[in-house]
Formats: sequence, structure tokens, C-alpha cells
Amino acid sequence: MPGNCFNGFTDYGIGIGLRAPHYEHILSRKPVVDWFEIISENFMIDGGRPLHILDQILEQYKVVQHGVSMYFGSEEKSNREHLRRLKELVKRTKTPWLSDHLCWGSVDGRYTHDLLPMPYTFEAARLTAQKVREVRDFLEVPIAVENVSSYAEYHVSEMTEWEFLNEVVEQADCGILLDVNNIYVSSQNHNFNPLTYMNSVPAERVAQIHIAGHSKFKKYILDTHDHPVLDPVWRLYERAIQRAGHTATLLEWDDSIPSFEEVHREAMKANRFLADTTLEVAV
Amino acid sequence: MKLALLQRAVARAVMQPLTRSERMRRTAPSGGRMSAYAARFIKPNDRLTSFERLEIYNRQYWFRLLSSMIEDFPGLQAILGSQRFESMCKVYLTECPSRSFTIRNLGAHLETWLCQNPSWARDRCVLALDMVRLEWAEIEAFDGQAKPTLRAKDFSEIDIPNLQLSIQPYVQLLELHYPVDDLLLKVKHGDDTPDLASNAVSEREKRSKVRAVAKLEAAQIFLAVHRLDFSVYFRRIKPEEFALLSALRSGKTVERAIELAFRKSSVPEAERGAFVQHSFQTWATLGWFWRADEETAAAGKP
Repeated sequence: MPGNCFNGFTDYGIGIGLRAPHYEHILSRKPVVDWFEIISENFMIDGGRPLHILDQILEQYKVVQHGVSMYFGSEEKSNREHLRRLKELVKRTKTPWLSDHLCWGSVDGRYTHDLLPMPYTFEAARLTAQKVREVRDFLEVPIAVENVSSYAEYHVSEMTEWEFLNEVVEQADCGILLDVNNIYVSSQNHNFNPLTYMNSVPAERVAQIHIAGHSKFKKYILDTHDHPVLDPVWRLYERAIQRAGHTATLLEWDDSIPSFEEVHREAMKANRFLADTTLEVAV
Repeated sequence: MKLALLQRAVARAVMQPLTRSERMRRTAPSGGRMSAYAARFIKPNDRLTSFERLEIYNRQYWFRLLSSMIEDFPGLQAILGSQRFESMCKVYLTECPSRSFTIRNLGAHLETWLCQNPSWARDRCVLALDMVRLEWAEIEAFDGQAKPTLRAKDFSEIDIPNLQLSIQPYVQLLELHYPVDDLLLKVKHGDDTPDLASNAVSEREKRSKVRAVAKLEAAQIFLAVHRLDFSVYFRRIKPEEFALLSALRSGKTVERAIELAFRKSSVPEAERGAFVQHSFQTWATLGWFWRADEETAAAGKP
């Protein structure tokens, strides 16, 4: 499955998150990278250095947009100014698909700037799916929703997280950005088998995969993106690739960011699994 | 429970300020026990209570927002001191929570808020307000809009007296009571301390910043915060230049702006022509001008 309608029928390989400490290296050394993922909000501005850098990157590389504040699961309506700026950026980057998180984070116009977990209810699934559809129609680009890592669960939930994910993507008819590290983190925090989650994901909807490192604390795991990818996450990634086939994969490294070479080397480890894939999808 | 009610209740707890020891408060926003409040929404597990699970989000919220404020306002932090700055930020963010999708805009209302709450700056309120204005101007200058530039050579082709020139949106014009530009550069220079620096070095530098603040004397300055080659610069300008640029920005014609600029000026009459010519040449070279009337005409074309 090299491409599907949820990632614009692309066959992207391994990408890296575009981060400021690496700008100079990328622009001067021009390393071979399949594609870069940008945080949309960092470039939804009027001008200046960030957009200048982005334009130079766009001259040489493929770019995919990933957002952190669309809050598909927030009960309130989408912010029109946010959507207008996002559409401008979509036109600039020509991103083949756009991702953001299956979470909420704003209430009554106030923003937490966090990715808060959803209550897994049918009402929430319906509202979230409706919002995904509205955003997709406005932006005119395929949308993929990302499963978040979480540290809390709600009494009101009526289903599991993976059932909720399936409910939303079926109703919205959208793609999935499958974050295997987030599945692992949540499985440890909420005592479920991550393979059960992985095996329940509709493989045909997976537009992209995220891998990342996390930090273990005494009583819980935090999704910190400040370490190399750990073995249990690589094992989950292997299963994800077995199910979804060769899928655009992105390493996230957002804190204590090492050299570009180190991040690149870590990302390229995904090739161990991608190289073995055929176009057949194991379900 | 309806989604909206649940999200409102959780957000109230997440956005409630932490205790002095950076833990979640024992008292809920509604006044009852936070443990009971959390237990209404959040399931416990075999390792964490409902309170502890909610606390992870409460702490993350404040750590993220305070880090952003520290990054954006290091000058104000140096003036108030770290502890007072952090306490002030907690009150500011509680009274003016973020209403933007981007954390960049977190400090957008800080100047107005500090004007209304001057006690946070004690006897250094004017200095603190100057610094907030400068630090916010720096943010705006960094990623503000740049319109197609009008260069010096373009002036020969246009009717200058009646021309409406506009100043680039990213250029920020400030009238300040203290030379906070120097102070901010000193504060930021101190932040370049290599990671290997010992705690003692870091402490010495902190004390040096505090001394710099204490010594700062009032002195009116006019400043253009602008960018060149995508880097932000603070450029001191003369009062006449400030008046001229401000008048142009407010939509006055070049002729009227020049009149206004020299209304209270001590620049001798005979030198004003050269002064204006030099100023315009410099600003044109820096790319500060664009023509609003051209954009309006272009927008009106069928």
C-alpha cells in the first residue's frame, strides 16, 4: 500500500521533523531526506525568518504539515482565523495531507495549548467527526487524525480508545496518523495490550506513522520526544508496517534535540522494517 | 455528562494555578476538595489517584506557559526578579488566559494588564512597561508582515509631496522613558552563557543583570524595532524621525508628515531639508517603505 486517498496517494518514505536547531545544517549541507514534517502553527505567521526558511526548504524538499491546535475534539466551533491562516499555509507548502490530533484543548475560546484526552463517547465521536469533515472541506486537503498519548481516562467513556478512533475515522471518512509511541505510552499508563490497539486500527486508513522516544517515571510514562525510540516501540512499529504496508514514517524529536546526523540516523532505523515490506497488506 | 460540561470542568482544573511547591491545589475551582472534584471525571488506576492523573495535566499546562513567558520576556524577568516575574505571570495568565491558537500570542495583553496592575512592578513600573513594550515589539518585528519594498530609486518617479507612503507592518515605533534596548541586550547577552558554565558563573551573571537594572537612569529614547536580513534590530531614532514615521504610519501625506515632524523641533530651518533627505534615504535603504495606494489600486482592478 504505497499510497492511499488519505495521504494524497503519495509514497513518501522516512521523514524528519523540521526543527530550528537544524535549519543551518539542512540549508548548507542539503542532506538527503525523503520529506520534512513541519508544525503548522510555527509558520502560520505573516512574514520573517520562519517563512523565509520554509520557502528555502520547499525549494528542495517535500513538506507535510502537522498541527497541534486544531482541537478536533473541542466542543466549540473551529477558530476561523486559525483556519484562514492554515489554508494560506497549505497553499504555500502544497502538503499532500494534513494531520492534527484526536484530542481537545480549548474551551469557550480559551486555549490550554495541550493535547487533552477525549472522553470516548458516541457524542464526542460524532462531534469530532463532524469537525474533521468541516476542516477538510474548508482546507481541501486530506486529513489524518493522530492518536495522542494520555495520562487520564474518564468515567463517562463508553468504549476503548481504539474503538473511539475507529468510530471517528469511519464517520469522518478520514485518515489516521498512527503514533506507535503514543499507543505504547497509553498502554502502559492505562494497562492495556498495545497489540490489541494496533490490531484494531483500520490499516487501510493509515496515512502516516509517528515514532518517538518517551520518558519513564515511577508511576507513569510521559511522551517527551527527547530520547531515541525504545525497543518496545520499534516492535509495535514492525507490527504497524506488517499491517499497513510501506507507510510514510516520521521521527519526532522535540526536546534535548541532538545533531541533525543523530536524528537522521535514528529515523533511518525504520528502514529495517520498511525494507522488508511488500505491497501486500497483512490484516 | 455532556461533552461541553466535561471539557469546561476539566479545563477549569487544568488552568487553576499550582501551589508554591508546584503541585495541584487541594481546593477545587468550585471551592470543594480537588480530590473529590477530580474523582467526578477521572478514573483512578492501580498506581495513580484521579487527583494525581489530573495533576499531570495541571502541571504541564503551567510549565509550558511559564516557559513561554520566560522565553518571550527575559528583560521583564530581570527587572522584576525571577520569583516575582513568575508570580506575576500566574496572575496574568489566570486573568488573561490564551485566546489564540498559537502560544506566540501569550504576551499580547501583558502591557495593558500591567498598566492596570502596576503594583507588580513596585516603583519600577515605567521601566517595566517600557520593557514589555520593547519585548512585544521584538516579537512583532520578528515575524510581522513585509510588503513589497519601495527603494530609493523609485522616489524619482513619483509625486513625493502628495504621496502616501506606508511603513512596513513589521517596523515597530516606540517612545520609551528608559534605554531598555541596552538593558535587554545586556540581559540576552548574559543568556549566551555556555552550558558548561558553573553555577557560580551563572549566579554572578544574574547579579550583574540585577545591578544593571538598579543603575538604569531614566532617559527618553525613540526606537524603531525592525528587521534586516531576517534578524531583529533596535535602531535609535531622533524625535523628528519618530514623529515623521508615526505620521506616515497614520496615513498622512509626506508633506503633512514633514510639517508635523518639525512642529516642536530644535533642528534649524536651514538644515531640515538635508535632515529629511538623509532620513528618507536611510529608511528606503532599510526597506521600510511600501505604497499602500498601489496595493489599493491593484485590489480594485477587475
